[in-house]
Amino acid sequence: MGNKPIDLLLVEDNPGDVRLTREALKLCKHKINLHVTEDGEKAIDFLYKQGSYTNVPFPDLIFLDLNLPKKHGLDVLAEIKSDHALQSIPVFILTTSNAEEDIIKSYSLYANCYLQKPVDVNKFKEMIQTIDEFWFSFVKQDIK
Amino acid sequence: MSDREIRRSMEILLVEDNPGDARLTQEAFKEGMDTNNLNIVQDGEEAISFLRKKGKYSDAPRPDIILLDLNLPKKDGREVLAEIKEDQDLKRIPVVVLTTSKAEEDIFKTYNLHANCYVSKPVELNEFFDVIKSIERFWLTFVQLPPK
Repeated sequence: MGNKPIDLLLVEDNPGDVRLTREALKLCKHKINLHVTEDGEKAIDFLYKQGSYTNVPFPDLIFLDLNLPKKHGLDVLAEIKSDHALQSIPVFILTTSNAEEDIIKSYSLYANCYLQKPVDVNKFKEMIQTIDEFWFSFVKQDIK
Repeated sequence: MSDREIRRSMEILLVEDNPGDARLTQEAFKEGMDTNNLNIVQDGEEAISFLRKKGKYSDAPRPDIILLDLNLPKKDGREVLAEIKEDQDLKRIPVVVLTTSKAEEDIFKTYNLHANCYVSKPVELNEFFDVIKSIERFWLTFVQLPPK
């Protein structure tokens, strides 16, 4: 992925999880610029640079929770992956659910991968580290 | 899921026409978790037959993940990807594009065709091994995969 900072959009309504993600990302080898929207509608506004989001960058990656206020994560995912301007952005579903139905629906809607959020803080940091080691290191991104 | 949890053995479909690269990939997987089963096909048509369980592949296992080269004989990797991701049943199988191409146009097209991720095949041997092991670790022990 090179040395360019990565713009990561986190769509997450739980402030504790946001804080945890922020802390875990600080431990990454790669520099991550974290942007957060706390519901599905704001996520869409961010991606279309509308509302209060006129000056935001195009994300390199999206971490998307499923159980969100205003617009469910799967609806956000469907909207992203059916829009030619947005569909090439990798979307990681990051959720507490491990329900088969959620997993199947997510992959069928073209989520790039599905990760079950660990409850344990250390396991959560391990998860972010694994993403750093694989995705931020080896995976090629579309040039913005 | 952590590395410490035992997973059933995973079925990997490798679509790779270069025998050298196929052998290297096999070696790399063997060094990792040797419970995983690597199925190899050498062109795009074979890949589709395997996935649709046609002809000699009537008993083929359904892969948990597909490693797909782009430049393939008979049916190009991009066409294979498009066909997989348009199929209601096959689309949820993660496809990791693993290719020597670095063309930006390819990266864009590949993600637009809904590849799950795009990895450049390193030329250097140790790096190649590192990449395969990293793919295995990330996709086969860490990510939640769709049930079959």
